[in-house]
Amino acid sequence: MTTARDAILRSVRIGLKRGALDDNQRAVLDARVPRHTRPAFDEDLVERFIRKFESRAGTVVRVSSRDEVPAAVEAYRAGLKLPARAAIGAALKDLAWPSAWSVSHGPATVDETMAVTAAVAGVAETGSLMLCGGPDSPTTHNFVPDDHVVVLDAGQIVRHFEDAWTVLRARPQGLPRATNFVSGPSRTADVEQTIQLGAHGPRRVHIVLIGG
Amino acid sequence: MEMRSAEFKERAVFAIHDASLQQALGKARGGFVGKRAQQAAELPEFEQLREEAKNLKNEILTNLDHYLERYEAAVTAAGGQVHWARDAAEAREIILGICKHVEAKSVTKGKSMVSEEIGLNEALIENGMEVVETDLGEYIIQLAHEPPSHIIAPAVHKTKDQVSDLFLAAHGGPRKTEVADLVNEARQVLRDKYFRADVGITGGNYLVAETGSSVIVTNEGNGDLTQTLARVHIVTAGIERVVPTLDDVSLFLRLLARSATGQETETYTTYSTGPRRTGDLDGPQEYHVVLVDNGRSRMLAGRFRDMLRCIRCGACMNHCPVYGSIGGHAYGWVYPGPMGSVLTPLIKGMDNTYDLPNACTLNGRCASVCPVKIPLPDLLRELRHLQHRQELSPPMQRRALSLWRFVATRPKLYHAGEWVATRLLKLLSSNGRIRNLMLASGWTDARDLPAPPGRTFLEQWQDQRGKP
Repeated sequence: MTTARDAILRSVRIGLKRGALDDNQRAVLDARVPRHTRPAFDEDLVERFIRKFESRAGTVVRVSSRDEVPAAVEAYRAGLKLPARAAIGAALKDLAWPSAWSVSHGPATVDETMAVTAAVAGVAETGSLMLCGGPDSPTTHNFVPDDHVVVLDAGQIVRHFEDAWTVLRARPQGLPRATNFVSGPSRTADVEQTIQLGAHGPRRVHIVLIGG
Repeated sequence: MEMRSAEFKERAVFAIHDASLQQALGKARGGFVGKRAQQAAELPEFEQLREEAKNLKNEILTNLDHYLERYEAAVTAAGGQVHWARDAAEAREIILGICKHVEAKSVTKGKSMVSEEIGLNEALIENGMEVVETDLGEYIIQLAHEPPSHIIAPAVHKTKDQVSDLFLAAHGGPRKTEVADLVNEARQVLRDKYFRADVGITGGNYLVAETGSSVIVTNEGNGDLTQTLARVHIVTAGIERVVPTLDDVSLFLRLLARSATGQETETYTTYSTGPRRTGDLDGPQEYHVVLVDNGRSRMLAGRFRDMLRCIRCGACMNHCPVYGSIGGHAYGWVYPGPMGSVLTPLIKGMDNTYDLPNACTLNGRCASVCPVKIPLPDLLRELRHLQHRQELSPPMQRRALSLWRFVATRPKLYHAGEWVATRLLKLLSSNGRIRNLMLASGWTDARDLPAPPGRTFLEQWQDQRGKP
């Protein structure tokens, strides 16, 4: 019996007016290296990252060391009068979070109000965060709570998206199940092209930027 | 969904007289065009990227079988499953089979044009499942029981007032009138759906052969909640969506958001690779990809291969004066505007789609903004050739064209005819205008035809030059 798979591949080859490629041709294709143009810019990477991220209603606060992160997140929480609770990826477990907080390292449930995530990279080109799901960084943290705080080190900011993949390929755990590029709060323009923040994902995305 | 492209003319007339639709279209038009132009101007490399994206797409299509096989192997290695569907019916069967197998009662959906193309919702609902569209625009039109009228802004034809009424009917009162309140209401209603869903279905903007990842691009985050919170994630995508490497995706992403919504980047770009892994705290337990052919492989053979480059940004319809006047529903199927007028006859057949390639002025705006440089007007003209050859065009028109060819290839006859015609038209005119042109009254019903000066171009030319 011809499977749909075989039928489609055969139909593709008929369309291309050739048979299956041989091993040599396949090896050439597999060895191909993308060489497309990347947008050029002179701007300082950190400055550009912040400028771009803020242009889409994201907010950034700068701290000088990792130890200052919990206080910065607490200031953000208190400023918005959010409940004293947070979903925090295990990647940030070691930080001295306020003892008054109720902290969960599990996936975000529907009543979670704030999540704190460690970024894997920042992309200066567009001011986008690269977040990688995994046991120490549940993907639900990035989408379920109204407030999303992301911890990023200035040294993690790369120039282009391609550079972010280079960072990821170098990690021992490789490509995660979910890789999320986040460029600001959730938004929609589906009602009369009026931009409205907080469509389904976080209403606010706040970066605590270390160093730089 | 049922195709109603054969009623194009009636639907277009209806659309032009629909005041709400005209109001909604008027609001959309300027926004998309202006924002795209600004983004294109702000990226000096934009034109270069269009050329490179066109070339890369061509390269992929030339080796499509190879990349599909590589992609399938990578998905399998990541613990996912690839299914192949020759046509819409087969795709529905596969997805229905997966849903039944996991005893799905509730299905959430991110925006997927392929799922519209294969008529998925109806099939799931007929089998007793609750299907919830989660993209706000899709949610609105689902409540209205309407198909999308735009491939990236499905509810672009709806006014805020209409959305208020739909939400009042579906969610109860009080009636919300502010956009913020409407969005918030949908957010609250849909939150619950994500968490209860058994299956989450999304589209796939790109399928990465290198890693087996599927990529979705959204502003709302609905696609991510859909695919993260359901027990099972099913991706539906056309076979032409495969891209060799992660880096290659970046080339298309730089063009997609700018061309589609006039943004530098959309808010969320997500790469999903297989199901939940050991130690993962969330994510789907099963990950399936349904690769849909549905006429695509057939398009590889000839002139219409160019159409397979399409990245579904919607720029062509945003810039189309015909779409801008009648909206998407007049086209009668899933894909409207210039790209739809090419795709619909190719996927659904030349019968009953006659008007689509003809509802085009060949003004070329679509081609001038297409991020992958699809020569849409040429393809529409090619479809008209096909219609002529297959004798689908009206007999009167074919006879007229034959007569035209006979005359136009005989210069003496042509000039004689021209001599008579210019004088005749002059006689029919008053004050330099022709108010009623008998054989072409369709033209003069709504406007006057400027009258020719009474002498042919060649006569005037000879006067001015003195000699032929």
